[in-house]
Amino acid sequence: MNLNELSILSLYSAMAVYALAFIAFAIDLAKRSSAVDSAERPAGAADEASVAGAVAAGSTTTLTRISARIANDAATPYGRSASLRVGVSLIVLAWGLHLVAAVLRGIAAERVPWANMYEFAMTGTLLIVTVFLIVLTRTDLRFLGTFVSGLVLILLGIGALQYYVEVAPLPPALQSVWLVIHVFVASLGTGFFALGFALSFVQLLQARREERVGTAKPGRLKFLQTLPSAFTLENLAYRVNIIGFILWTFTLMAGSIWAERAWGRYWGWDTKEVWTFIIWVIYAGYIHARATRGWRGSRSAWLAIIGFAAVMFNFGIVNVFFKGLHAYSGL
Amino acid sequence: MSRPSDHIDSAPAPSGDGISQPKLGFVGTLRWFWRQLTSMRTALFLLLLLAIAAVPGSLVPQRSSDPNGVTQYFADNPDLAPILDKIQAFDVYASAWFSSIYLLLFVSLIGCVIPRTKHHLQALRAKPPKTPARLARLAGFTTRSAPAGTDAATAVASARTLLKQGRYRVALFDGPKEFSASAERGYMRETGNLVFHSALVGLLVVVGFGSGFGFSGQRVLVEGQTFVNTLLAYDSFNPGRFFNDTELDPYTLTLDDFEVSYETANLEAFGQPVDFTAGVTVTPRGGDAKDGAVRVNDPLRTGGTSVYLLGNGYAPTITVKDPEGTVVFTDSVPFLPQDANLTSLGIVKVPDGLADQVGLVGFFYPTQDETTTGSYFSSFPDLEYPVLTLNVYAGDLGLDDGVPTSVYALDTDTMEPLATRTSDIKPLELKPGETQELPNGLGSVTFENASPDAAAGDYSDSVPRFASFDIHHDPTQGWVLLFAVLVLGGLLTSLFVPRRRLWVKAVEQADGSVRLEYAGLARGEDPGLESAVTALADRHAALLERSASVVKPVEPA
Ligand code: HEM
Repeated sequence: MNLNELSILSLYSAMAVYALAFIAFAIDLAKRSSAVDSAERPAGAADEASVAGAVAAGSTTTLTRISARIANDAATPYGRSASLRVGVSLIVLAWGLHLVAAVLRGIAAERVPWANMYEFAMTGTLLIVTVFLIVLTRTDLRFLGTFVSGLVLILLGIGALQYYVEVAPLPPALQSVWLVIHVFVASLGTGFFALGFALSFVQLLQARREERVGTAKPGRLKFLQTLPSAFTLENLAYRVNIIGFILWTFTLMAGSIWAERAWGRYWGWDTKEVWTFIIWVIYAGYIHARATRGWRGSRSAWLAIIGFAAVMFNFGIVNVFFKGLHAYSGL
Repeated sequence: MSRPSDHIDSAPAPSGDGISQPKLGFVGTLRWFWRQLTSMRTALFLLLLLAIAAVPGSLVPQRSSDPNGVTQYFADNPDLAPILDKIQAFDVYASAWFSSIYLLLFVSLIGCVIPRTKHHLQALRAKPPKTPARLARLAGFTTRSAPAGTDAATAVASARTLLKQGRYRVALFDGPKEFSASAERGYMRETGNLVFHSALVGLLVVVGFGSGFGFSGQRVLVEGQTFVNTLLAYDSFNPGRFFNDTELDPYTLTLDDFEVSYETANLEAFGQPVDFTAGVTVTPRGGDAKDGAVRVNDPLRTGGTSVYLLGNGYAPTITVKDPEGTVVFTDSVPFLPQDANLTSLGIVKVPDGLADQVGLVGFFYPTQDETTTGSYFSSFPDLEYPVLTLNVYAGDLGLDDGVPTSVYALDTDTMEPLATRTSDIKPLELKPGETQELPNGLGSVTFENASPDAAAGDYSDSVPRFASFDIHHDPTQGWVLLFAVLVLGGLLTSLFVPRRRLWVKAVEQADGSVRLEYAGLARGEDPGLESAVTALADRHAALLERSASVVKPVEPA
């Protein structure tokens, strides 16, 4: 068995373990819902009333209060959960196998493992999980485990089944340090955007739930009560997204420098350049929206979601189906 | 902060804005319009509009980046294309509608940045504002009691020292019963934001005008050929609007050799090129010749220009003689590659010297192979078994009409096919060094061998290669880079430097003790605010504790 075959084996094992992690995280979400149910039965009404009060007061007191650590402001406190810990252990294990797969592929190819679609998918998803694990050491975002393991599983599945190519040497057009820098930073930025997307998405769900509190219509996604408030989620999403935005800005610039060296012009509205630009502008819009009265909250969250949709589109559709100079998907 | 009035940190505008306003008058209307244009909402709207407007340019080929794609699009969609062309869909990024969006955006940007800059310059010189009467409503509100014996003024003075160490700007306010310090830091946040937005304007200006001062040109060189950097020597030349050709620095550039290596070890990628290197000699005017190389991703910078390797291929040397053996044509003709294994297509036109004007359409196969149906193809891009086939046509080459014709195309419609796949005489077939008679006794054609002394069967140097170069000059690139760096630097400072105010208040209580209050206010995103307030309170308490135990004599119990 050669190194590339070992890499593939490791990757498939990682995918299997991600699938198990996904299940563990999903069980945790289900458990959260039933924990909410049992907490509600004895003291439900009082609980909800206090939440409603906090939300109403939020407009004055919380506006300036953005704490460094995640505020544990969940409506229903949620204790320890075995499945959550199992999920985290599994995702760490999967990440290790995934890392081994990427490193072996790099050694087999004698270069960085991000030079065609298969390898972008492998390294890009590795970075998504890496960012998630790093953020976990600072903030408890374990409730995003289902999203992260699910997304990575889907992307890896598509990458391994649809985009697989054998190891090949780099064509001259890709022999550049800028491949290493530009593509790596873009993938890292994507990791942050993915997390920001998930946070904004949960924020929207949470905001809907918070609006319903006090009315007679309880939402169906009970587990939301064990998650931070929409306000906290929004602040977290913002912090993650601006890191993504800075990395993206750098991606854009590094790409221009490379384009100048490779094609003799730093900007030429090539399809891939266009989409990188569109993504940058959407996230600039998101940052503005956060600072615009009437746009903070759910509206700006939608922009973060659209931004990430554009990132996925750029990676999955533009690379493969659009004509342009960036025709190196290796397919 | 003199931010747009709909900024999240601005005080809400007085009610009745816009709806039931009294008569505005002309100036009033203008001012209202300007306020709308420079509001956050408009900036946001224009940004989103810009993102949407950029999309069509990725769906439809653009003249600037893909002119052939546009031609093809017209051929494929004859009905739709002219309509799209009317709305400038093939020139999106230079179109009136795209330009007006970004120009409006930048007008808004300038209108937003100028007042903020003025305001910020004042703020940089101003004292921090007066301490609010009630701190309890502010972020991170913390109270402590000062060690016994510390008076309010001293407590605030030591807080001031601490704050100064933390690079806060501090102002002290004295009241009858309370003393306070008001501190502010993070002016760099606003500075960074203003640098960021101003640098965007700089970037737009430089990019907009920059291309006008430069040029780009293309030139094909066969191994051994030399090019002098003058206007006439270019195959094609695109000057910017403000370019003056006396600025061309007439250096010479010789293509000494063109090295290509192909993958042969890895069967999955067999025949894939792994390196292209054009070995060149550059001679500045009046200077000494210097060796250089041009590679993909690695342009040669010389004489104020950058030389890029654009393409390459084979340039078979073809000689045509009349029946008496007089040479009427001899040249290395660049053949355009048609596929990855460099099946190449080339044209030879012989207008004079033969009984008829003769046109040759050549196919070159660096490693010739044959399909089961008998047609030729190339199975490897390097020179393993080179074969040249020539279709021969006689008649009017169309060179005398005064209409410029491409050297890479031959209009065979008006010519008589003498040797083609469908005529009686099949196309001529030559290996390097071979000669064949032209049909109708017109003369002969030779495929010259560039290395006649090589061992039999070694064709590796038998056919010269050509390289096509793109030569660019853009005097504004340095500025673009500078503004890009400012954009990035401004962004980093404005997003990561926290701008905050902190207050320390010492209130003398009725019983003579001193109560200390701490609070903060974030200006923009500031996730660390609360911990900063607590940290200040802790350090202040420790400091007071220490000085109290030093200054105060120990009282007997
Ligand atoms: C080319 C168009 C623009 C782009 C790409 C852009 C981009 C950005 C970005 C990336 C930020 C966040 C980083 C920072 O604070 O420096 C920002 C912030 C900001 N921009 Fe813009 N901007 C543009 C136009 C404008 C305009 C027209 C205005 C005025 C109406 C404006 C006002 C602001 C303000 C006030 C902030 C600070 C937001 C905050 O307090 O968090 N920008 N802009």
